[in-house]
Amino acid sequence: MDFDLTADQKLFRATTREFLEKEMPLTRVRELAGGGIGFEPDWWKRGSELGWNSMVVDPAAGGDSISGEGLVDACIVAEEMGRLVSPGPLIGANVVAAALSEAANAADHAEVIAALMAGEAVASWAVYEPRRGWSPMTPTVQATSDGSGYVLSGIKDRVDCGDQADYFLVTAGGPDGLAQFIVPAAAPGVTVTAEQSLDLVRRYARVDMDGVVLPATSVVSPAGTVEAAVNRQIQIAVALQCAETAGAIQRVFEFTVQWAFDRYSFGRPLASYQALKHRFADMKLWLEACQATAGAAAHATARQAEDADELASVAKSYVGQRATDIIQDCVQMHGGIGVTWEHDIHLYLRRATVNRAMFGTPSEHRRRLADILGV
Amino acid sequence: MTEHMTGTGIARLEDVESFRLRARAWLADNMPRLIPGENDNLEALMQRGDGIWPRARELQRLLYDGGFAGICFPREYGGLGLTPAHQRAFNEECAGYEMPLALNTPTFSICGATVLDMASEEQKRQHLQAVIRGDEVMVQFLSEPRGGSDLAGVTTRATRDGDVFILSGSKIWSSGAYAADWALCLARTDWEAPKHRGMTMFLLKVHQPGIEIKRIKQINGNNEFCQEFFDDVVVPASNVVGEVNGGWAVASRQLFHERNAVGGGSPYVSGGVGPPRRGPGTHALIDMVRASGQSDDVYVRELVAEAHAISRIQQQLITRVTDGMRTQQLPPPAAAIMRLFAGQASTRLAEIGVEILGSHAVAGGASGEHGPAATGGQASGVVSPGADTAGPVTDGQGLDYGRSFLMRQAGSLGGGSTEMARNIISERVLGMPREFAADRDVPFSQVRQGR
Repeated sequence: MDFDLTADQKLFRATTREFLEKEMPLTRVRELAGGGIGFEPDWWKRGSELGWNSMVVDPAAGGDSISGEGLVDACIVAEEMGRLVSPGPLIGANVVAAALSEAANAADHAEVIAALMAGEAVASWAVYEPRRGWSPMTPTVQATSDGSGYVLSGIKDRVDCGDQADYFLVTAGGPDGLAQFIVPAAAPGVTVTAEQSLDLVRRYARVDMDGVVLPATSVVSPAGTVEAAVNRQIQIAVALQCAETAGAIQRVFEFTVQWAFDRYSFGRPLASYQALKHRFADMKLWLEACQATAGAAAHATARQAEDADELASVAKSYVGQRATDIIQDCVQMHGGIGVTWEHDIHLYLRRATVNRAMFGTPSEHRRRLADILGV
Repeated sequence: MTEHMTGTGIARLEDVESFRLRARAWLADNMPRLIPGENDNLEALMQRGDGIWPRARELQRLLYDGGFAGICFPREYGGLGLTPAHQRAFNEECAGYEMPLALNTPTFSICGATVLDMASEEQKRQHLQAVIRGDEVMVQFLSEPRGGSDLAGVTTRATRDGDVFILSGSKIWSSGAYAADWALCLARTDWEAPKHRGMTMFLLKVHQPGIEIKRIKQINGNNEFCQEFFDDVVVPASNVVGEVNGGWAVASRQLFHERNAVGGGSPYVSGGVGPPRRGPGTHALIDMVRASGQSDDVYVRELVAEAHAISRIQQQLITRVTDGMRTQQLPPPAAAIMRLFAGQASTRLAEIGVEILGSHAVAGGASGEHGPAATGGQASGVVSPGADTAGPVTDGQGLDYGRSFLMRQAGSLGGGSTEMARNIISERVLGMPREFAADRDVPFSQVRQGR
């Protein structure tokens, strides 16, 4: 959480927190997990009415931020969702809505943007491909021109909320180089297959595209503009993801500190042992550093600062690693109860572990950072 | 425009950006530029004897005359009365200029800040303006040879004798004491009170009869640290800072400023220093990677990125914690968070340095140019592209990273150990129970002392 939120941002945070605590407490998250769905579309629509998907959308395309830094506002939602390990397509919806609204042909995407903002449609950034790590600029999906439009073939997998998405943002190779397209899940030739996920409510899917015919207006980033577009998508995805992870570790740390006060061994609270106090001090340090770097990445991205690419990779390389360090150490503080299904801490560990790996691992972001620095 | 109160009422502060532009122009016209290998490495300069101190005073006077000294100190004591944002802007503009960095810590950021917060009006008027003008260098006389982290266990004795106190005992780990004018010296004045309630803080003239100063050489060759021996030193009672036997309140404030300074969050640090001082800068490290032919090594590339990320995150953390303390969303002891990060960062950066430089960090280069006493600190090598036989690695500059590694733990010791920082974070930020202390509420004369 930023220490310099405006009064409006604080109000927005309170409203979002209240909504999530009432509508999506951890008990409900566990029910969804047991029931086999990621999120309820009606719940997502009601949350979207609070503005969850409108803030990163370019104002010219109907977007409306709270503070003037729309992504920072969206990160408030992400952080609150992290505190409660909420389900939902927040990252995909925002990445895709921003991309469509910043496209040169944003007018062609007006309907989809409106549906995403209203929460009536769900979109996902389909960026991974089978048998490959993080390589958003070297897709094997191919686009061919068919005169009036394009034909897409190939496979994306590990697609966030893929089995509930209405649209996919897809990067494909083509006759003039890479281009990005918005692909309706309902288009003939698209087959979506649910995949397994370590997270109980953040589901992933495989998307097979076999001769999917798209109109010319489905282009989001034409050839020659994809690298800049993808970098911006990475910035937004990573900022939201790091904010969500920061919210998760903030909550885990809070209840683990409380546990250390309440739990007694040898007639003393755990919090009185210096060996443990020092570990809590380290965790507090890492937590604050995670918050600091996640916040810096969000501000830089919102302002489209020169070093936004660099700060996204700085944040992800640190938060990805430290968040799981903190939660695993909190599991250790809890003792055996920490590795039971009954205790909530594994819900957080699952989310932090998925976030650590998705949209580039810490190691993949260090390599990207080395490229950016010109090592 | 921001408004704030001054002694004469409400004055309008200069806008940060306009201050920045004015500073930029003034620096370009007035401050000497940094020359690589000559005046760009503070650690190295410190080993050239007393040279840095007269030079630092001279540079500070230049800043004072130009109206750019004491940016965050109040106007009535010779400062500019501006905000940390102005100071940050000034620090950014200072890159590439020779600045009086030696005066930052402890003179401005610890001693000056403590005098401002805790001293009498008369003491403030006497010392602050002199400090800001570059006329007065200050030093901390806190730690003692038997003390370590138990700072409140001081045994330097101050005995009242009419209008004066008579001091005897010894202090240690005072940086630059040999070149300083005034010290903040903590001494025991009541041996029958429990330890925190029997100390008094004095403003002590450093060069006077009864004070002997010995310099201490560290393993990187630095000999700025000193030990002082007091033999019946006379101090006027008017030099007491705060209350007699109320010295711990002053020392606590001093420690707060010290953690802030060591962590990188002090608004009184001027001249674009920017921690970590000991670690390799990204550009220097990249030069080393190229010169040692490792640019294509994925592991090495990741290490460089990690080092860079640590430095960026340190700045981000300082901004966050400083904002948190300013807005009272974090308590003042949260300054220990910055201090702990600095310790962990310097440890990891030193480790990365020797990992990347490998054998170049421990041997190589022509002997005589860089003897074992030569400096640690930032390497500033420039690589000629394509050069196989000349460059920073073959020149033996890789040894700077080895020497930094030897001094690695200094980053977790100086300015209060990281163990103390962890105690402070857990006890005073998280509110966990205090450690047991055998000397609590016991008359100090009855407290057991080791050797």
